[in-house]
Amino acid sequence: MDPASAKLIGAGIACIGMGGAGVGVGVIFGNYLAAAVRNPSAAQGQFGNLIFGFAVTEALGIFSLLIALLLLFVKL
Amino acid sequence: MTLDPIHQFNINNLFKIGQIGDHAIYFTNSSAYMLVAVVLICLLMIGGVAGRQLVPGRVQSMAEVSYEFVAAMVRSNAGAEGMKFFPLVFSLFMFIVVSNVVGIIPYTFTISSHIIVTATLAPLVFFTVLIYGFYKNGVKFFKIFVPSGIPIYILPLVVAIEIISFLSRPLSHSVRLFANMLAGHITLKVFAGFVALLGTSLGAIGWIGGVMPLALTVALTALELLVAFLQAYVFAILTCIYINDAIHPGH
Repeated sequence: MDPASAKLIGAGIACIGMGGAGVGVGVIFGNYLAAAVRNPSAAQGQFGNLIFGFAVTEALGIFSLLIALLLLFVKL
Repeated sequence: MTLDPIHQFNINNLFKIGQIGDHAIYFTNSSAYMLVAVVLICLLMIGGVAGRQLVPGRVQSMAEVSYEFVAAMVRSNAGAEGMKFFPLVFSLFMFIVVSNVVGIIPYTFTISSHIIVTATLAPLVFFTVLIYGFYKNGVKFFKIFVPSGIPIYILPLVVAIEIISFLSRPLSHSVRLFANMLAGHITLKVFAGFVALLGTSLGAIGWIGGVMPLALTVALTALELLVAFLQAYVFAILTCIYINDAIHPGH
């Protein structure tokens, strides 16, 4: 296979990982919203935890995006 | 025409400031924007405390709000004892938030979109936690690898996972900020490139149709403003959480 096209295909495959991060971030914010609707008074206190969970989950998606960007733009 | 969305991250040497061995040390556009960020923060904080009025003016309330915001974050995540590290967290937060927001302005340079910058800030936090943790707790600091209430037969696995996750902290801490800023700015440039691409390939209809990607670019810039603030917040809150580990090991 042509190395240039292999790089592009690899970048596309690497982006699949972002789907998992998307599911994770959706679960976090969805559950936060569900809990906040049930008990609005406790919602403010959990905002830090929400952002922490979001950051940790999102990092994994960003890692796969980073691999895709490296494959696309870094010239060897 | 060719699109070059990573041209904005080029480092340009402005003037030479020294020489170490064979390496010339240059003052680059990255250093210039770091200086801009520091000057802006100094202006905000010095201008904020210069008047010292009972009813704060605009600059003073901005300075007070940023102080209270970070102080509340440190208190709730690292406890009252963590306020010792308030200057560190505040400096990190202000530096990242100001440089990110300056980077949103078109034709400027975003410092934190270079991994060398974030990979310098993250080990600073990592080694602060490590050194203060051993200074304060001695050998008991190793308790952060051993969560309490875990059955003995599963403990070796949990300890291994905790050690790996502790060691990968500086990596994830730095790559998160860097990759978010990099990806955001590349996305902005790619969408802005669509406007020119439509216009040059379809003529008049293309220029009219180019309004849509242009509107999307404006919307994405607003989103990037949120991301710029959020990533600085995330960086600071993770710093607080790591410092909390150094102060209170053993969960």
